[in-house]
Amino acid sequence: MTVATTYRTCPRSGLQFESQAEKLMIANAVTAVVALLVGGLLAIGVVLTRWPAVHWLEADTFYMVLTAHGIDMLIFWMIFFEVAVLYFAASTLLRCRIATPKIAWAAYALMLVGAVMNNVAVFRGDSSVMMTSYVPMMAHWSFYLGLILFAVGALIACFVFFGTLVVAKREKTYEGSVPLVTFGAITAAIIAVFTISSGAIILIPTFLMSIGVVHEVNPLVYRTIWWAFGHSSQQINVAAHISIWYAVAAIAFGAKPMSERVSRGAFLLYILFLQLASAHHLLADPGISTEWKVVNTSYFMYFAVLASMIHALSIPGAMEVAQRAKGYNKGLFEWLRKAPWSNPTFSGVFIALVGFGFLGGISGVMMGTEQLNLLIHNTIYVPGHFHATVVVGTTLTFMALTYFLIPVLFRREMIAPGWARLQPYLFGFSMYFFCLVMMGAGTLGVSRRHWDMAFNGNALAYEWPGAAYLMMGLVGIAGVAAIAGGAIYIFVTVGSVFFGKKLDTGVVSPKFTPVPRAAPTLAAQTYGSAGFVAPGTFVLASVFLVAFVLYYFVNWKYLGQLWGLS
Amino acid sequence: MSAILPPSERLWWKHPLDRQELVWIGIAFVWCMVMFFMMVLWHIYGKQNLATETYKTNPEKYSAQAQAAVDKWTVRNETAMNIPVVAPPEGADVYMIARLWNWWPILELQKGKTYKLHLSAMDYNHGFSMQPTNINIQVVPGYEHVIKVTPNETGTFSVVCNEYCGIGHHEMVGRIYVK
Repeated sequence: MTVATTYRTCPRSGLQFESQAEKLMIANAVTAVVALLVGGLLAIGVVLTRWPAVHWLEADTFYMVLTAHGIDMLIFWMIFFEVAVLYFAASTLLRCRIATPKIAWAAYALMLVGAVMNNVAVFRGDSSVMMTSYVPMMAHWSFYLGLILFAVGALIACFVFFGTLVVAKREKTYEGSVPLVTFGAITAAIIAVFTISSGAIILIPTFLMSIGVVHEVNPLVYRTIWWAFGHSSQQINVAAHISIWYAVAAIAFGAKPMSERVSRGAFLLYILFLQLASAHHLLADPGISTEWKVVNTSYFMYFAVLASMIHALSIPGAMEVAQRAKGYNKGLFEWLRKAPWSNPTFSGVFIALVGFGFLGGISGVMMGTEQLNLLIHNTIYVPGHFHATVVVGTTLTFMALTYFLIPVLFRREMIAPGWARLQPYLFGFSMYFFCLVMMGAGTLGVSRRHWDMAFNGNALAYEWPGAAYLMMGLVGIAGVAAIAGGAIYIFVTVGSVFFGKKLDTGVVSPKFTPVPRAAPTLAAQTYGSAGFVAPGTFVLASVFLVAFVLYYFVNWKYLGQLWGLS
Repeated sequence: MSAILPPSERLWWKHPLDRQELVWIGIAFVWCMVMFFMMVLWHIYGKQNLATETYKTNPEKYSAQAQAAVDKWTVRNETAMNIPVVAPPEGADVYMIARLWNWWPILELQKGKTYKLHLSAMDYNHGFSMQPTNINIQVVPGYEHVIKVTPNETGTFSVVCNEYCGIGHHEMVGRIYVK
């Protein structure tokens, strides 16, 4: 079958963009950034209210703003951007036309309508039910309908992605196996299908309840299935941003994976086990057996953690091997010192990778441990953890990728490159600090989603320790710094897309050029030490493991001091 | 740039593993097993494991049970709202109601003695967050969760609600005394 379309070869990156796919990627990415902008403005309200000395918004406004902030960031910003990443991984990397572009546009329209409808419902003020919207607390029906439309649109986008893979295979745009990054995107899309279906399964009856057709949705069943949507959508993020890390290692260093087999095996472990982690949210619930909790919360014996630890070695390891091959071979860390730290695409990814592992990974495994969760459940430690995963990890990675896409996809020169260079450091490090002090406050028991930690005027008021107030004040300061970092991102990207110097389009042709294979591996190896090709990375990974082990057992010691519970 | 290109070897899955990755996978695997069996071992040797004893219930039934316990063991009333302070004997079934927006009643327990604490919510989800010990348990409407608790310290403990439950969520705080 021949389809009338054109392929543009980018003169700066050599990537080939099919015209329909390119427009779809632009539309989805731009909408994502708009959601990020809205979510970022809302973050100002959240941060300045939880900063005890400021305590800015009124309670009802605060809960409304917090609901919108969660949904706009965690669902709309992430998933719109991920749809763009999926189209990139299928159409651009495989140099294939996108399957059914009209349906892809319909998917985009559904997602957009759903996102707007949901936001309107929240800002009306009668749907301040938080992102989790636990029944029997009810929102306006359009809150659920918006999410359902969005979910259906995203599901269709996933199938457009799968369809594009089929077209690429049939039209032989590549030979052999798909690239590793596409493989990671397939992982993300498989997880997305599971995730979005779970969302639809539980939100449809809840929507019917909101219009009075269904009498009751069981609260425990709701929690169980909703989390297969709420937590698993963060697993889409993980699979997507790890794929981007591999891509950026390839783009910035020409790095190849240390082993295709190991990295793909790790993605396969994600497909098999990562979803079980929605159990993390149910560890403190009644009515669920211990065996179910232990098996699920540990991703069936921690096989998804194993996969993440593999990526944690393989990605910086691949960078190290590539740098050493270029001659940066002195000592353990010359390869890292000589990395392109002033390139925001690289610095963003590296700061994201380290922060995701040390802050997000370790804290996530700790609080996902069945008994240790008693110390953490619903404290502000939880948002401390997930800001380390979805903000430091995913959001910063997506930001870093945008800096690469501005000249390549949007064909504009970046305005204010100095600001762009600074941005990953400001945003990344202030978020590191933000997460740390938030987890500190959570360790002292401070609640999440809580307007007034002072319990003003309450006869039974609890007085939090001074350290908790100090930590929450620091959360406020770090949050403001991070929001400034986010504002720079919006300024640079939006400014570049509208006002940046236009760059040349490159050669446009009616036919694709097949993807070449990677160059064969050189057998001889003249770098590394003790039989290790990337000794520096191994040392860094060992530091990570020691931190992990220590922190894990410190928390068991803390748990052992609590009241007896059985 | 091979992570974004098809792999060079057609049979990449037969490529031998690099020594460094092999060593790391071994270490990571051992750590994963340690973490898994730590949870199992704590169920055998540890003293803090969340009970799974749960019954289906409803607001009428549960508040009647709580009221019966209050009638039997109330020792005094506190605050302007006259919240009863319930001091049950060792081993007794004690009830705490979570509702918009308070915890009811106040409990008075004794250090080193074990009680069966029942938790349920009358309306929305609530979060039992006992401070400053920092024990956090989800309270779900329609379900009665029975947890054996053994206080190991004396003092005044606050029960903060840490599951968002509407506009009065931040006013919801209760109390447990341990003598």
